[in-house]
Amino acid sequence: MKQTLSVMVVNQTGVLARVAGLFSRRGFNIESLSVSTTEDKNISRMTIVVDGDEGTIEQVMKQLHKLIEVIKINNLTGTSYVDRGMALFKVAAGAAERAEVMQVVTIFRANIVDFCPNSLIIEATGSESKIAAIEEALRPFGIKEVVRTGEIAMARGIKAGSKKGGDAK
Amino acid sequence: MRTGAQALIEGLKQQGAEVVFGIPGGAVLAIYDELSHAEIKHILTRSEQGAAHAAAGYAKASGRVGVCLTSSGPGATNLVTGLANAYMDSIPLVAITGQVPRAMVGTDAFQEVDITGITQPITKHNYLVTNADDIPRIIAEAFYIAGTGRKGPVLVDIPSDVANSLCHKEAPAELDLPGYKPNYKGHPAQIRLAASALSKAQKPLIYAGGGVISAQASAELLALAEAGGIPVVTSLMGKGAIKEDNPLCLGMLGIHGLPAANWAAMHCDTLLVLGGRFSDRVMGDRCKFAPEATIIHIDIDPAEIAKNIAVRIPIVGDLREIVKEISAEAKLEPQKDWLVELEEAKDRNILVFGDRRRNDESGEELLDGGAIIDKLTELTEGKAIITTDVGQHQMTAARHYHPAGPGLFISSGGLGTMGFGLPAALGAQIACPEQTVICVTGDGSLQMTLNEMATIKSQKLPVKILLFNNKSLGLVRQLQHTYCDENYFAVDMVGNPNFLMLAMAYGFENLRIEDPGDIEPTLKKALNNGKPTLIDCSIPKDEMILPIVKKGQSLNEMSF
Ligand SMILES: Cc1ncc(C[n+]2csc(CCOP(=O)(O)OP(=O)(O)O)c2C)c(N)n1
Repeated sequence: MKQTLSVMVVNQTGVLARVAGLFSRRGFNIESLSVSTTEDKNISRMTIVVDGDEGTIEQVMKQLHKLIEVIKINNLTGTSYVDRGMALFKVAAGAAERAEVMQVVTIFRANIVDFCPNSLIIEATGSESKIAAIEEALRPFGIKEVVRTGEIAMARGIKAGSKKGGDAK
Repeated sequence: MRTGAQALIEGLKQQGAEVVFGIPGGAVLAIYDELSHAEIKHILTRSEQGAAHAAAGYAKASGRVGVCLTSSGPGATNLVTGLANAYMDSIPLVAITGQVPRAMVGTDAFQEVDITGITQPITKHNYLVTNADDIPRIIAEAFYIAGTGRKGPVLVDIPSDVANSLCHKEAPAELDLPGYKPNYKGHPAQIRLAASALSKAQKPLIYAGGGVISAQASAELLALAEAGGIPVVTSLMGKGAIKEDNPLCLGMLGIHGLPAANWAAMHCDTLLVLGGRFSDRVMGDRCKFAPEATIIHIDIDPAEIAKNIAVRIPIVGDLREIVKEISAEAKLEPQKDWLVELEEAKDRNILVFGDRRRNDESGEELLDGGAIIDKLTELTEGKAIITTDVGQHQMTAARHYHPAGPGLFISSGGLGTMGFGLPAALGAQIACPEQTVICVTGDGSLQMTLNEMATIKSQKLPVKILLFNNKSLGLVRQLQHTYCDENYFAVDMVGNPNFLMLAMAYGFENLRIEDPGDIEPTLKKALNNGKPTLIDCSIPKDEMILPIVKKGQSLNEMSF
């Protein structure tokens, strides 16, 4: 089953390589990974979506914890959280199909961000399932190119006593 | 104000490093220059692999962090096997490597290699130092990380211009490692559960791993075992955690283990695992391991829990304290029926220790490796430090040497590294100059690092090499016997040197054991001569390590 891990790491060169290396050498499968700085410039957050059974996910988390730069890991799956990813779709739509494509765009609250005589680029933001749905809806028109970001995720609310609850040091 | 190199040496001294094993080179000139007038002993080994293994032998014999120092490029890559070995066996090391100057990093400069990249999966942590100001902090962190929690190797890569530039900072009074907080205190509720499971057990057993030795928990283990009359088996790495002449000790378990130890593991109802990691060498077929047991697993590393086998009661923390707490909490009573059963099971060990001096066709008595090690145990009373290489001789040593305490049996477990034994003996002898140190090796293994005989000679160390010379890669030969229909290929050591002349060339005393009758007088001579000595023992090629657990079999299906 896919699980979403939110991993706080010390913002240092090499830490991404360490995390990625750990996944490949232990045979864990990364579905997606995104890294960014946080409210604290010394700390980065990695959102890692990983596929595996319960035992595998437990090992992933424990092995990640062993990396000296990993400060905290939250398995968001099964908790209340918000996740978003973004995708760009290039769709081959000439004048004839445009109206229909624009309808799909409106329904999914996506945006058209580029307009050429025989193609459109559509930007969609949302959860994994929403992006999958829009991709399905666009497929009949002929998707020429897709690019997607990794998922980013955040727990809802502020946990009492949580050290990294969101307030910068 | 001082240079990075000076700050490094200062840091090593602050950390209490007394010995550094290494080989110089262009990228560490400044560091060696400083080292030359520091109160730190430098041991010039003959290869960097030797330096890493020697530092490991030093660490294992002394319980301290071992240090090695090499140049960039090939000097650094030669460390790789030693670091991987230390990582697998949780040996605390700090390895310092030189690197090309910062401006040249990434340009494929002469002797440049990305050693932090290469060693990422085989170090507990590593650093590429980019600013001389960071050296004091990084050295303090490196020793702290190497020597705490689950111990392991840490590598620090220092570009030569960083060593030459000025360092303006001191090590911080307190280390700030938010992502590294080893947990020492065992969870009280889990400890109560473990104590109650042990109190209820009718067939309890303790499996002691290398963790007992690194946590220095032998006394606590003994107290618990004796209070409850609980028998103990050990892994290869756990040898020495308990004295093997203790009637409760059943010896080593595993695929090369003793039948009684394996029998106990397969029949116990409660298995208390102390600092062991359920390696495949220990369990045989893991699905069939200890089928009746409630398993209690105590380890300092949370990632070991439930990695290879499901456990009922996991406890993460420092073994020494936790075992003490379990002892205090549990209401133990020796289980008489179980102990009687075990006494009977011990008879099975006769298959290993009994009359095994087989006669060949001519009717002559054959020299047997086990008999040599039995005599060695007797003559040294198990108080000598034994290091081993990897192969049949290692298993013979593990089965027949009975160390009198922890730190006296030093072997390469997780990685199974041929070439470990001799440099490890060198390191152990540096750590313990007063003790007898003996490397039990094979003709294959010895030839991987025999250049360290020169280091041993140069340091005037009385290290003994007990060479089990079967003119073959014996353990592989045995595997080919069992799994390849006796199709022996690439296992004959054609071209072996005359080891006695080789010993002479290196300035070692040389002795020979050819017949059973030679064993006692020759060992006595070697143990009493106070000199580096090689003993060439003519072991028959066909000697096998038996019984053994074959692939896919459980520990109670030993083949004879
Ligand atoms: C560095 C390394 N290379 C290869 C092996 C595979 N291997 C395991 S045991 C063995 C033979 C060891 O021969 P020797 O040292 O003569 O010991 P013996 O088994 O004959 O006692 C080999 C080649 C290994 N463990 N380590």
